Amino acid sequence: MRLTPDEMVFWQHGFLKLNATIVFTWGLMFALAVGSKLITRKLSTGLERSRWQNLLEIVVTAIEKQIEDVGLRDPKKYLGFLGTLFLFVATASLCTVIPGYEPPTGSLSTTAALALCVFVAVPLFGIADQGMGGYFKSYVEPTFIMLPFNIISEVSRTLALAVRLFGNMMSGAMIIAILLTITPFIFPIVMTVLGLLTGMVQAYIFSILAAVYIAAATRTRRPEPEPAPKT
Amino acid sequence: MLIDWFTVGAQTLNFLILVWLMKRFLYKPIIDAIDAREKRIAAELADADAKRAEAQKERDEFQHKNEEFDRQRAALLSKATDEAKAERQRLLDEARQAADALSAKRQETLRSEAHSLNQAISRRTQQEVFAIARKALTDLATTSLEERLGEVFTRRLREMDGKAREGLAEALKTASDPALVRSAFDLPAEQRAAIQNALNETFSAEIHVRFETAPDLVSGIELTANGQKVAWSIADYLTSLEKGVGELLKEKDKPEAKTTPTPEAKAEPEPENKAEPKPPPVSVEPESKPETKAEPEPEEPTPETESK
Repeated sequence: MRLTPDEMVFWQHGFLKLNATIVFTWGLMFALAVGSKLITRKLSTGLERSRWQNLLEIVVTAIEKQIEDVGLRDPKKYLGFLGTLFLFVATASLCTVIPGYEPPTGSLSTTAALALCVFVAVPLFGIADQGMGGYFKSYVEPTFIMLPFNIISEVSRTLALAVRLFGNMMSGAMIIAILLTITPFIFPIVMTVLGLLTGMVQAYIFSILAAVYIAAATRTRRPEPEPAPKT
Repeated sequence: MLIDWFTVGAQTLNFLILVWLMKRFLYKPIIDAIDAREKRIAAELADADAKRAEAQKERDEFQHKNEEFDRQRAALLSKATDEAKAERQRLLDEARQAADALSAKRQETLRSEAHSLNQAISRRTQQEVFAIARKALTDLATTSLEERLGEVFTRRLREMDGKAREGLAEALKTASDPALVRSAFDLPAEQRAAIQNALNETFSAEIHVRFETAPDLVSGIELTANGQKVAWSIADYLTSLEKGVGELLKEKDKPEAKTTPTPEAKAEPEPENKAEPKPPPVSVEPESKPETKAEPEPEEPTPETESK
């Protein structure tokens, strides 16, 4: 019994290897990129537009709206990073309905990679927003004594991000696998539906948490301007 | 170990590539499209606003023009009404004037008719009166009257003033034919002799006289000699009286036409007109006088001398 798709290795040459996680990730990347390309190839700027364009517009504007609701003033700036996080995680869990597919997010390596990206992106966005000094100063707020705790909090939340997503996705796949051995009919389907739901929830949680961290990093010293046009 | 660090690195790279791909193929075009649409909608809304404002403006303008038009129409209407009133007044005045002129003309016509009728009646009355007088005198003229006439005639001859007598004497002397004495009735012999004597005495010469009867004299004697005439007759009186009355009527008519404009007063002026001229011709007197006195005339008659 396999815990992660990392263990399914198709090709290995010393340090380099090609396991199921990477292959499925490529598949998802290909599907997302080609699908977006096909739909946005002929976008309409008028009032009449295709259903696919409508769908993508809904998705994009919803993500934008969520980022804005979290408290980031310029959502378009973070749309690329946060939106892609959500779309990748959501697509990865949605595709579990395909037989033989193993979600890449069920691999701790993938979730750790995503958490590391967030871990790196947060200070980057923070520095870009309020400068190097301004950002690092937030670690000694309110006092210098808080610096180690702030650093620990930074690291631990990254770990928590990675483990939370991994645990949820892996558990979903594990439960289905176990149920298939016990009750091959009906129940696996129910659990698959449940898995879809938890997958969507985890995608939302992951990206929203990342947004919150970024927001915390970018507005630390700001006297919280009017909470934007929160709707 | 659940974490494979190579896979972690590969997945990180994959994720970053995916971020770039998504930005390139999804977010940018979609956001661009949304922005373009929003811009276009905003432009359309602005355009609609502008159009609405323009429509409002045009509507205001139209309304303004409409009001202007209404006002002009009202002004024109009132003007036309005024003109029509003025025209009506003018026509009424014209008609009134025409009616006045017509009635004046009619009155004038009536007046002139009345006048001419008046004149005709006057003339007729005059003729009638003279005819009556002539008839009455003719009827009254008798031989005894003739005698009286002869006496008057002879007395006149004798009393003739110098100048007239000389003219007549000259005429009698130079005449080749005998003098002609005309009378309405045959004169008796003694009267003829009396006249002959009177002539002889008056002109102190032997004068040849021829006697003739002329009934148109009505009553009287006329001596004619070589263009000179000595006459005394009622016809002459009547003629001169008629002439006088005619002149009087003419004079009376003129002022009367002006003073009596009403045709109703027709009947009244007539008696007045006639009453006045009548007394002088003594048409009443000759009727009564010849019967009582038989010599009304001798007082008034004056021998006329006419030179032909």
